[in-house]
Amino acid sequence: MSGVAYLELFRLAVPETILVVTVLAVLGADLVALRGLELSFRRTIAALISCAGCAGAIAWLLLAQPQGSFAEGMLVADSLTRVVKLALLALTILTALISVNTDFTPHAGEYFALLLLATLGMMFLVSTEDILMIFISLELTSLSLYVLTAFAKQRADSAEAAMKYFLFGGMAAAFTLFGLSLLYGLSGSTDLSRVADALRGPRLDPLLVLAMVMTLVGFGFKVAAVPFHLWAPDAYQGAPAPSAALIASGSKVAGFVVLAKVVTVGLSGAQGSAAWQACAPGWVPVLALMAAASMLLGNLAAIVQSSVRRLLAYSAVAHAGYMLLGVLGHGGQSLAALVYYVITYGLTTLGAFGVIAVVQGRTGGDNLSNLAGLSRRAPLLALCMLIFMLSLAGIPPLPGFVGKFYIFAALLNAGPQSMGLLWLVILAVGMSAVSLYYYLLVLKQVYVAEPQDGTAALPVPALSQVVLVLLALAVVGLGCAPDVLISRLLAAVNFAGL
Amino acid sequence: MLAWTIYISLIGTAVLMVLPRGKPGAARAVALLAALGGFACALAGAATLDPGRLSTVTRLRWIPSLGIEYHLAADGISLTLVLLTGIATIAGILFSWNVEHRAKEFFAFYLLLIAGVYGVFLSFDVFLLFVFYELAIIPKYFLIAIWGSTRKEYGAMKLALYSFVGSAMVLVGLVAAYVLAGAKTMSLLELARYPFPESFQMWAFPLVFIGFAVLAGLWPFHTWAPTGHVAAPTAASMLLAGVVMKLGAYGCLRVAMTLFPHGLDPWGFSLLGFGSWRDVLSLLAVVGIVYGALVALVQRDFKFVIGYSSVSHMGFVLLGLLTLNTVGVSGAVLQMFSHGVIAGLLFAVVGRMVYDRTHTRELGKLELMNLNRAMPFAAVTFIIAGMASMGLPGFSGFWAELQVLVGAWQAFPTFAVLAGFGILVGAAYILRAVQKAFFAEPEEESVGAVPNGHGPLALPPITVPERLGAFLLIGCTLAIGLYPRLLLHLIIPGLGSPLFEWLAKGGTP
Repeated sequence: MSGVAYLELFRLAVPETILVVTVLAVLGADLVALRGLELSFRRTIAALISCAGCAGAIAWLLLAQPQGSFAEGMLVADSLTRVVKLALLALTILTALISVNTDFTPHAGEYFALLLLATLGMMFLVSTEDILMIFISLELTSLSLYVLTAFAKQRADSAEAAMKYFLFGGMAAAFTLFGLSLLYGLSGSTDLSRVADALRGPRLDPLLVLAMVMTLVGFGFKVAAVPFHLWAPDAYQGAPAPSAALIASGSKVAGFVVLAKVVTVGLSGAQGSAAWQACAPGWVPVLALMAAASMLLGNLAAIVQSSVRRLLAYSAVAHAGYMLLGVLGHGGQSLAALVYYVITYGLTTLGAFGVIAVVQGRTGGDNLSNLAGLSRRAPLLALCMLIFMLSLAGIPPLPGFVGKFYIFAALLNAGPQSMGLLWLVILAVGMSAVSLYYYLLVLKQVYVAEPQDGTAALPVPALSQVVLVLLALAVVGLGCAPDVLISRLLAAVNFAGL
Repeated sequence: MLAWTIYISLIGTAVLMVLPRGKPGAARAVALLAALGGFACALAGAATLDPGRLSTVTRLRWIPSLGIEYHLAADGISLTLVLLTGIATIAGILFSWNVEHRAKEFFAFYLLLIAGVYGVFLSFDVFLLFVFYELAIIPKYFLIAIWGSTRKEYGAMKLALYSFVGSAMVLVGLVAAYVLAGAKTMSLLELARYPFPESFQMWAFPLVFIGFAVLAGLWPFHTWAPTGHVAAPTAASMLLAGVVMKLGAYGCLRVAMTLFPHGLDPWGFSLLGFGSWRDVLSLLAVVGIVYGALVALVQRDFKFVIGYSSVSHMGFVLLGLLTLNTVGVSGAVLQMFSHGVIAGLLFAVVGRMVYDRTHTRELGKLELMNLNRAMPFAAVTFIIAGMASMGLPGFSGFWAELQVLVGAWQAFPTFAVLAGFGILVGAAYILRAVQKAFFAEPEEESVGAVPNGHGPLALPPITVPERLGAFLLIGCTLAIGLYPRLLLHLIIPGLGSPLFEWLAKGGTP
């Protein structure tokens, strides 16, 4: 390894470097200067530093527009990774801002540092095409998220959620590592495109099938697809609200982008088919089954939930199903559709968790009944919730609908057997009709039900209010003018040659 | 100009949202202004645009990457329905003048619904049409669930889910059509020109047609309609029956039949006597006509009578569409307008004039109240509305149902006879309702049950907005009844456009 171009590496990794420095700054400031001060002040400062760091990284991405690939896909920077990284950083900033008004932990510095580390992991995750790097960044993200889940130390359910998340996650990581090591053994390379070249053959090697399934198990866990979703309801419910928001938004964005990359680039020779009455072995039928199961189970289980957070968890499982359809399409259009969907979904679900965080902070619970009469107690908050829920339900002109339409169209349009996957689209559309029921149950509490403990106005922290309104505006904006994002994504995808 | 019907309603919604709470007067004023503005735009559009030609109002590239356009346009059919929407909106606001509970939210949801309805009638990009179509679902849910009466949450949820399942069916068909046509455009005009394979049309047509027809109250998917209408507050039932059900019928005509005309062709084999989707669907329409009328005949709840009558009358619309001849289809469009006005009037009498004052809709209890003396205005209005609903000459319903029957006679005589039977039953249930609700002579021994002893009940008098609304709707049905060319000169040229080529070909059997 004589000619390693460190300067080139640094040039591509400036945003990540900025984030690392920010992590140290947050920790250092909290440790050295702020120890004795008031907790809310410490949180504010830590959040400010975090946001400044993320903003710096965003500015660099926008201004320098780094392009290039380091060491055979070890670190890749192109316009697609840039869009995704911008989205991740924006989601992190918003999560940090939501965290300012929560008081589940006295360890302000550590909390924000972990938030940034998780983001760092996600950024590496989406910008690499190397098996080893994928695994390492996956671990960085996951370990940070485990700790973030457990951060409300006084609460038993937080610890329980983290334990479940960690045990499932550790198991899944083992599967992934095993699968990836088999891929390496089969191909002799850790670079995804070389793996694909080595594996391309007329028939499917049984060992490859094993490797593929193992790998998909790991990613299925990451994106909470059935049958690897069991951690999600507990983690979404038990984790502190901002942590849950990051798990539901940023982690999902990164997970899906890397999954799409692994299967479309790395396993491009072994896709198989899930067309009606024309199945062929490969990763497509595996993911198709996972998608169908996620949509069915997620939507049906969400109906009976009484906790809004668990409801959102099952809805997340269902949405993972829709997103898997985007992966299944495995073409440029599908990838653009998928990224549009996950980014807008991330914003929407972050907003929903933001509302829940405020409501839980004021009323002490996250049950449906805690939302009763919200429209009379906090009209603006209720309006935000209306927008988020309707977008999740896929009501136009919100992005939930545009994204679904785009994913379905791209899926049907992909490949020679274009209409073969119609059965999945029919299932997905039918299930989204089911989902309207439980989203309306939430909105029924917000708008129809009478407030339980008096009609006193619910005090909403100004910062949370601003963040939530911004999120709602972003959601409405991306729904009414989807081309702002879609045209960029399409250009990026075409440029990346995916 | 026409596009402003949508924008004015949306602006009205926005203004209502920022209005301070607890000022129902201001909310009403804003809503009425928005409704009047929308109607003025609709009138101006109808007066200036050529009904025989598709006049584009706005055409922008909305999502160029997907080939989706923001295309608002109008032909004679759209203009007719836009006018209906304008009239129904004004009437609905006049009849909800007494809404005090969360008034600004009520009118905000109301105007949002109206914006969606206008949008559907003016969209010529299928994606855009679908966006407006779904936009209209959610406000309906809240209008019923918050301000409704009997089993309101059940009725609201049922209605929302039925609508959404219907639109899910439509969505599947549309996505498939979009992809088959190359995923480059969603424009109605271009998709209508695209030669979809017949095998595709054979399954896409029933999917999309039935998807839309759920909202038009097609039997056996009509069950949301009576419960929804009964649960809804007056203005919402007026709108539901008056315009929202028309969205479904309009979708059937504008999207399903225009994009997939070959779906109506014979299958090539006969199953239980059915040879095509047209046979199946027209049978369902006729069953709807007769079934709705018969069920209306035995209802004990006054509002359910009207609710089922809507199912029956919407059956005429669907039957008219399926005749595939100009007389029948123009009759169907005329019936959409006519039923919109008449159903609005009927619901206004039942929901606002009677229920809000007597707090009961049980025909059995109303019988004891001698309402024709307590509320002569309501009684007269209901009789006029009833005559219009029965299809007496001089009212709009006469021409509409006559045309549908003539068209059906040419296409399928048996069904025409059955539909004629439906009209007879229609007369019966209206007369029964009139008799029970207004003109029942309380028997001697039950006089004691009248709260007031003897003499007419002291009920709050009919207010000015109610009178205005009633006059508006009666005026419309009379105007069309006496001079149907007023609308037919919009509808018939509209059907001559190239979009309705299948109509010229479909013709007689």
